Amino acid sequence: MNKKNDIALEVKNVSKSFHLPTEQASGIKQAFINWTKGIKGYEEQQVLRDISFEVKKGDFFGIVGRNGSGKSTLLKIISGIYTTDGGSVEVHGKLVPFIELGVGFNPELTGRENIYMNGAMLGFSNAEVDMMYDEIVDFAELPDFMDQKLKNYSSGMQVRLAFSIAIKAQGDILVLDEVLAVGDEAFQRKCYNYFAQLKKEKKTVILVTHSMDSVQQFCTNAIMIEKGKILKQGNVAKVAQSYRELFMGNDSNIKHNSNIKNINKNAIIKAKNTINHNLKKIYLDIKVLPKITINNPLIIVKINRDNGELVYRWASDEKTPQNFNITKNKEFNFNLEIDNIFPNGVFDIQFAVLKYDRSEDYILANNVTNFEIINVGSFSGDVYWKPKESYRLE
Amino acid sequence: MKKSNIFSKRNRVLIKELVKTDFKLRYQGSLLGVAWSVLKPLMLFIVMYLVFVKFLRFTDGTPSYPIVLLLGISVWGFVTEATSVGMQSIVSRGDLMRKINFPKYIIIISSVASSSIGLFINLAVVLVFAAFTGVSLTGFALLAPISILQLCVLVVGTSLILSALYVKYRDISHIWDVILQIVFYSMPIIYPLTLVSKSYPAIAKLMMLNPVAQIIQDLRHNLVAPSTVPTVWNIVHNFWIAIIPVVLTFVIFIVGVIYFRKNSKKFAEIV
Repeated sequence: MNKKNDIALEVKNVSKSFHLPTEQASGIKQAFINWTKGIKGYEEQQVLRDISFEVKKGDFFGIVGRNGSGKSTLLKIISGIYTTDGGSVEVHGKLVPFIELGVGFNPELTGRENIYMNGAMLGFSNAEVDMMYDEIVDFAELPDFMDQKLKNYSSGMQVRLAFSIAIKAQGDILVLDEVLAVGDEAFQRKCYNYFAQLKKEKKTVILVTHSMDSVQQFCTNAIMIEKGKILKQGNVAKVAQSYRELFMGNDSNIKHNSNIKNINKNAIIKAKNTINHNLKKIYLDIKVLPKITINNPLIIVKINRDNGELVYRWASDEKTPQNFNITKNKEFNFNLEIDNIFPNGVFDIQFAVLKYDRSEDYILANNVTNFEIINVGSFSGDVYWKPKESYRLE
Repeated sequence: MKKSNIFSKRNRVLIKELVKTDFKLRYQGSLLGVAWSVLKPLMLFIVMYLVFVKFLRFTDGTPSYPIVLLLGISVWGFVTEATSVGMQSIVSRGDLMRKINFPKYIIIISSVASSSIGLFINLAVVLVFAAFTGVSLTGFALLAPISILQLCVLVVGTSLILSALYVKYRDISHIWDVILQIVFYSMPIIYPLTLVSKSYPAIAKLMMLNPVAQIIQDLRHNLVAPSTVPTVWNIVHNFWIAIIPVVLTFVIFIVGVIYFRKNSKKFAEIV
């Protein structure tokens, strides 16, 4: 009995599949044709398989996963929007879902009317909304605009209003879907502070997000979903790490090599990157054991974002013309110092050795090493740099 | 997931907010505003009156006939509007259903409820007109709320079926347009029942088994002209046959509720 009392949400063996229509089947004619031909008219897609987890009261619970992994479907099942094919979802307490902000918002209504409308959609009576009203308006910083029509709000103001309702709505369990990055920076800071406060107050929150920063900062527990299954469950740091590895896995060149080696046809490359104490400089240290001799080579280093976007390029002939030769089986060190001007994100380093006239590639190694810049600083001002753990040199 | 009750506080609040918004937005930006819900049937009435009563002489000859005609047109206007809007209401609120869980029938109820506001305004206009032309209310008027209730049950039932079908088959809207036309002319709305019953009494009786016809004639009889408007109750003498339209009303309602409930779980996924 006691154990039951501290559980807020219980998800047991939930699975879900969708029927995706193969052709435009929303007509009687098509339905009839399909029926006579014995065609189903849809494809079945299994979105969630056998998902089980518990959220305890006071948990700040994170659900992470890539696009299309099924996390939003799971959230909709928790919120009761979709029914499950099998398994059960038990909610103990009043669950306030925010799959999207401002559900039921109507541009023709005033801000005030929209608050009441949105409140009614979320299951609050007018009296309950009355009690939250002032707080919502204050938090949104819109006290002068409440009698204006929503269509005359700027988009930022609309989002602020919607988010304030989400945050001030007094439910037992708050469900939030990727609504973190809204508004201007000052408003974002306010929201993050509010999350921190929710965490301190031990409110039950379920958060679906892509941002590992927020997961690590706020969540007490997390699950990672991939292809409709729970891949990792429990400890936030571990979940965050396997989420990151999921993305690294895309660039398979290096994944299963002994972390630091990149075996190329013409060379074996070991690389690491470090940062100086004040986080202003990043040092690249690449060791190359060539298997061929290259006279007068051209060395190029590129730093790409994990989405492939080039953010930094260095070439030996342009910046520091130097005459040296690469000798077969003679290891050489290549060091590069780069100003840390990088924004948030994961960056990988590409190393290439070309013939001096760029007519031939001798060595081309993708992702020899990489690093991530985390700028939690949207409120603290600190910049964190960390190498990808799997590539750290012992 | 939890059993929801139509009278639960949450659902009442939601219906109220939806109806309020709907009504507020309906005539937004129009100069005459709510007056349009009176003007529209009134204009239609003038056209019908001139064409059918004055030129074609489809009249039962009594002085109260124009009011009888106006009442019929008003009620029919409600039936067309409420069922057409109701049919599309689920699809048009699809966005909402994909983002939040609430009992889906609320959409239908609130859509019919906001259409019914127009009906009540029109009924008030009819009564004002009736007073001007010297028609006075009799004790029969006390029966009118029963007919209006029956009308709402019928319209809600029909909207439940249509809206659930419309989610799957968009053809329904075209089919329903045609059906409405057929039903309109198959009923004594723009012509008096006496016109039919004089030469084909059996057909007149058959017409009156249509619940809409029964309700319209009942309302006309009870509100405006108790002495001249025939109803199913006084032209069909077998009680078990006369009660068919009432039974039909409830059959449609129950079928609607069952069909809607069965399908509503999947609305959020299909819409």
